[in-house]
Amino acid sequence: MARNRVSARLGPARILLHLALLVACLVWLLPTLGLLVSSFRPRSQIALSGWWTAFQTPFSFTLKNYQNVLTRANMGRSFLNSLIIAFPATVIPISIASFAAYAFAWMRFKGKEIIFGIVIGLLVVPIQMTVIPVLRLFNVVGLTGTFAGIWLAHTAYGLPFAIYLLRNFIQELPSSMLESAFMDGASHPTVFLRLVLPTSIPAIASLAIYQFMWVWNDLFVALIYLGGTPDVSPMTLTMANMVNSYGGGWEYLTAAAFISMVFPLLVFFTMQKYYVRGILAGSVKE
Amino acid sequence: MAKVELKKLGKVYEGNVRAVDDANIVIDDKEFVVFVGPSGCGKSTTLRMIAGLEDITEGELFIDGKMVNDVPPKDRDIAMVFQNYALYPHMTVYENMAFGLKIRKLPKAEIESRVKEAARILDIEKLLDRRPKQLSGGQRQRVAVGRAIVRNPKVFLFDEPLSNLDAKLRVQMRAELIELHDRLKATMIYVTHDQVEAMTMGDKIVVMRDGKVQQIGSPLYLYNQPINKFVAGFIGSPPMNFLTVKVGEEGGRIFVEEAAFKLYPAAEHSSLLKSYIGKEVSFGIRPEDLPYADHQGSGVIKAKVTVVEPLGAEIHVWGTTGTQPLVAKVPPHHMFKIGDDVSFAPVMEKARFFDRDTELSILPVKWDERA
Repeated sequence: MARNRVSARLGPARILLHLALLVACLVWLLPTLGLLVSSFRPRSQIALSGWWTAFQTPFSFTLKNYQNVLTRANMGRSFLNSLIIAFPATVIPISIASFAAYAFAWMRFKGKEIIFGIVIGLLVVPIQMTVIPVLRLFNVVGLTGTFAGIWLAHTAYGLPFAIYLLRNFIQELPSSMLESAFMDGASHPTVFLRLVLPTSIPAIASLAIYQFMWVWNDLFVALIYLGGTPDVSPMTLTMANMVNSYGGGWEYLTAAAFISMVFPLLVFFTMQKYYVRGILAGSVKE
Repeated sequence: MAKVELKKLGKVYEGNVRAVDDANIVIDDKEFVVFVGPSGCGKSTTLRMIAGLEDITEGELFIDGKMVNDVPPKDRDIAMVFQNYALYPHMTVYENMAFGLKIRKLPKAEIESRVKEAARILDIEKLLDRRPKQLSGGQRQRVAVGRAIVRNPKVFLFDEPLSNLDAKLRVQMRAELIELHDRLKATMIYVTHDQVEAMTMGDKIVVMRDGKVQQIGSPLYLYNQPINKFVAGFIGSPPMNFLTVKVGEEGGRIFVEEAAFKLYPAAEHSSLLKSYIGKEVSFGIRPEDLPYADHQGSGVIKAKVTVVEPLGAEIHVWGTTGTQPLVAKVPPHHMFKIGDDVSFAPVMEKARFFDRDTELSILPVKWDERA
């Protein structure tokens, strides 16, 4: 109530705040806007003048960049590959993490603290440190250049944070709610599936968005474990290769970037409700 | 049939923190027993050990004559109602109540009839399709009770179930739970820190402090025959007055005195006080046993009024003897003003005496009324 009244009052301080926010948003969005405008300009124009000049007559816009990217540059296949990589690479680690998080939060077993400590410790291991040994291992077992390999890699890289985040959330669930279920006769699997999963949806959703975005935008992991195999390369890899194969033709890059943004935006906006709630998760406890 | 027996039950947490020590309690079939005591006294821990939610570190727990120390909660056939309701937020009221029955794979028709019956008893039939967040606190607690009822368990456990409700609702729910106990004829164990709840609800009260059972007995037994100063002071409101007095003897007659008064204990108390002659004891007298006296003669306590609480049906008069505070509960016949010099004539037959060092009752009292 009180907070509503405060926000309704539009004093000079508030106007200043809004102005500052507006400026911050503009500065933040400016490069993206430039990219968007450039993606609709012909190559010749891009090379000659800045994107902000595009709004002067005579207008010179084109869809050719998009056409080129979508038809000629293996983009369709890459888009599909990105999906094939990103979905399992999101679902698998989060499934494993939620099981692990429940166990860490609510089950009693020997060495729990130590194992959790190790998981937390893995959070600080840089990915770069792991690539050489993992790649050698992948080469031996034949996982290099396969979807299974990159799913495994993303799962492993995503798990420590996922376990850490979910465990903290699941631990904050009211203990009496779970105890009540145990007294009702529920076993650990029942409590996990029927009680903990449904009530952890906010946390799981925000984690899913996080992991999905990370995998979708990932170039490094894909480059290492899938590098040089066009059949399986995701959009990020194909886009990065465009610059080389088209000799600095970054008009294609601008269009490709926007195509690659479409899907994450879609995911974000459909799950935004959960995302925001996920961030605030635990602040309201009944 | 469900008798619950605690034999030398104890709980020691990691780091050698002792929560419950040597608890010996017998709860008979169909009995309503209240564990009462200040927070941290171990009453909730004891309840949770009975539920199976806490490991038992010492002693033995029997339900129906069977040792259940290592039986998991789900196999103890016990239902528990929690202070914060502990409802399943994503399920409807119906689903909340049916949850335990579904897990136990009861036939659907049986589940429905049990849930409907419980809803009828608790007057929540109209709420069955709602979710917990759409309910008021009182309704939520009813659902929590309903979830316990449908299970038809051997023993019901209540862990401060009313302390999240407002005062008026609490009184109402209190009456409803008593009624429920009469109707279900089940063994119920109820934990509270509120002595009024304990007195009004319990067939038997277990008073606890610092992890130790102080005394077990019916409400009136504990009220009239407290075993120590703690029980005497904890049960009853306003609490019993404790005045430090010196025991003396003149002409074969025992008396107790303080600067502001000199009183003669009842005959049966006098003989017990003989060994305290020349020593100080704690003289306990309940506020209602301090009637107003309009004379200043012997056998009265003279006091100066410090606070007057007119409650309508009665007046609580707080005063001081000069060195020690006291409170009297008197009928509203007399007007008291702060600063008045007044006298109260204690009913000496109702007086209690406690050892100053051990705080134990000097008058003989049983630790367990039925022992």
